[in-house]
Amino acid sequence: MQLIKGGRIVEDGFARVADDAPVPDRLPVIVPAARFLAEADAFAAREAPTGVVWPNDRRVAELAPYLDRLALVGLVFPVFRDGRAFSQARLLRERHGFRGELRATGQVLRDQFLFMLRAGFDAFEVTKDADAAAFAQAARRYSVFYQPTGDGRVTARASRVGRPARDSLERDSLL
Amino acid sequence: MYVHDAFDRRLIAERVEEFRDQVRRRLSGELNEDEFKLLRLLNGVYLQLHAYMLRIGIPYGTLSSAQLRMLAHVARRYDRGYGHFTTRQNIQFHWIKLEDLPDAMADLARVGLHGIQTSGNSVRNVTTDQWAGVAPDEIEDPRVWAEVVRQHVTLHPEFTFMPRKFKIAVGTAAHDRAALRIHDLALRLHRNEAGEAGFEVMVGGGLGRTPFLAKTIKQFLPKHDVLSYVEAVLRTYNQFGRRDNAWKARIKILVHDLGAEAFGREVEQEWQSIKDGALALDDAAVAEIAARFRYPDYERLADDPVELKEARAGDRRFETWHRSAVARHRLPGYAIVTLSLKAEGETPGDATAAQMDAIADLADRYSSGEIRVGHEQNLALPHVRQQDLYPLWRALDAIGVATPNVGLVSDIIACPGLDYCSLANARSIPIAQDLSRRFRDGDLARDLGRLHINISGCINACGHHHVGHIGILGVEKNGEEYYQVTIGGRADEEAELGQLIGPAVPYGEVANVVEDIVAAYVELRERPGEIFIDTVKRIGIEPFKERVHATH
Ligand code: SF4
Repeated sequence: MQLIKGGRIVEDGFARVADDAPVPDRLPVIVPAARFLAEADAFAAREAPTGVVWPNDRRVAELAPYLDRLALVGLVFPVFRDGRAFSQARLLRERHGFRGELRATGQVLRDQFLFMLRAGFDAFEVTKDADAAAFAQAARRYSVFYQPTGDGRVTARASRVGRPARDSLERDSLL
Repeated sequence: MYVHDAFDRRLIAERVEEFRDQVRRRLSGELNEDEFKLLRLLNGVYLQLHAYMLRIGIPYGTLSSAQLRMLAHVARRYDRGYGHFTTRQNIQFHWIKLEDLPDAMADLARVGLHGIQTSGNSVRNVTTDQWAGVAPDEIEDPRVWAEVVRQHVTLHPEFTFMPRKFKIAVGTAAHDRAALRIHDLALRLHRNEAGEAGFEVMVGGGLGRTPFLAKTIKQFLPKHDVLSYVEAVLRTYNQFGRRDNAWKARIKILVHDLGAEAFGREVEQEWQSIKDGALALDDAAVAEIAARFRYPDYERLADDPVELKEARAGDRRFETWHRSAVARHRLPGYAIVTLSLKAEGETPGDATAAQMDAIADLADRYSSGEIRVGHEQNLALPHVRQQDLYPLWRALDAIGVATPNVGLVSDIIACPGLDYCSLANARSIPIAQDLSRRFRDGDLARDLGRLHINISGCINACGHHHVGHIGILGVEKNGEEYYQVTIGGRADEEAELGQLIGPAVPYGEVANVVEDIVAAYVELRERPGEIFIDTVKRIGIEPFKERVHATH
């Protein structure tokens, strides 16, 4: 597994902490959803960044009240074909305004990278090393897009009638 | 005809290159078959019993002559010289080699054709009335809206890995020729009391193991909200549709489990938060797409020109064909001509490369270069001058696509079944061929009138057997091919699911049972002219059951 962030392979600055393990004070950590919700106040008081892995069968609206305290949300693709986290990602970015790191975890393959970028992910725990190495290429696979999402890429419709898509978040496009 | 612009073309070309890379990775072992399967399915590539199958979508059933010639080329170069038109405005090539697929796709891309999302758990080819733009009873050309939706759902980053496949149909005519109610999502354009046009939105239709007709969740959706509403439906389904069991993963199960009302409320809530965002359409965006549908430069003509009158009076075979295959066009002096791909003893929906080339030439000559593909697995020429019908017929007759059986008992809809399909329980094609021979007598067929037989080789129902006036479903019993027979189904604006007429029968008995049903109908109809489906509606299925039981 390799972590991609900002379009490059990087070291993971976050440590995964299991349900019952002690939380190190000064380290960025990622905790499971249930633990985060149970100890939300304690996590809020921490100085180091906190991230949460949110399961794909739970509404992200539940997470909305905590988003300003979260440095990272990890969404899960338990298998390649289970695409629920694509909807969760868009809702977190486009409806709830989450600006922290949005990380794709689980079975994350090259062929989903561009979809994930478009849905708002900016970090990827990539299953295969060869896919991680091919990230930049896969992210450039397409140059035209039909759907407006929060990623700010210009759509065919917008270009055709000569005006930018309304409503796009002003995040920098990653690549 | 829809004219692709540079965006559409570039996207398809980029897709071909992506697929080429995926095939390369599969062949080198970088992708295992499980991973590759998902990717190839998103490009319409199935692994069947004998070979890979490639399914190409024909958006809203409209083909140009250049596109049809390219399909002929692919059939000849990469397949065995023919293609199979399906019940969802697609064409399938059943004998393509994996290594050849990227090249075949690149050839198709040159004319704007592709297999993107013709399979897999994605939004499939958006279908509509095959007479779109020429039917007298439509309020707008439905292809404009089908294209608006098609673009939006093509490579949609959120909805490419849904619980199951998702089929959308659009209709704008009084008479439903698009089988709206058997779709996951159907959009029917109609006018409200104020005279404005808007969509009735229906969800949760589908056949398969648990057939349902779609239920209306919104009576009137303003046209310019169509994308945000579709997005809200898809988002609700993507998040909450079942993923634990493929048989329960279609949206129809979610709609059924929640109830159409609760599902509709969930959609409505989602829709409220996105309807005024980037998906709201304005007139300019719609006009931009509408402008790329081109119509012929029609001439001012009158109905029933003398050439036509003389030919009808003078040539009985032509007259018979005319009554079966020619439909009213919205303009006087023009006609819509259906080409039967149901010749006696042939595979329903199959066309050879030579036929496709010939039809493309005839389309250039007589139909402004345009061909239509319908869900009944026939083709149509949509812009024929009535004065040209006679020479056109002679040419169609010469290539075997003028069987005068359109809408009649031998115009059978059948899936590929056990001859090709790895999911099949039983054969479909030989049953269709056998029935077409039994009912070869044209006078008998015409006396029977409109009668749709639909055959599926397994419960996946690709042959739409549930909505056949007579439906035939292949099942397996102790390793043998058995068939369940239903009657009373229909897919039009009065959609109904057929009901079982009795226990399943073995392969050799199917045609006899159908003959008995037909004989019973002839006895039971009120008068000649009461069509089969109306007789069933009037008296129910019991009288049919009794008669079929008596003999089997
Ligand atoms: S109905 Fe069954 S046998 Fe026929 S094509 Fe579909 S999956 Fe195959």
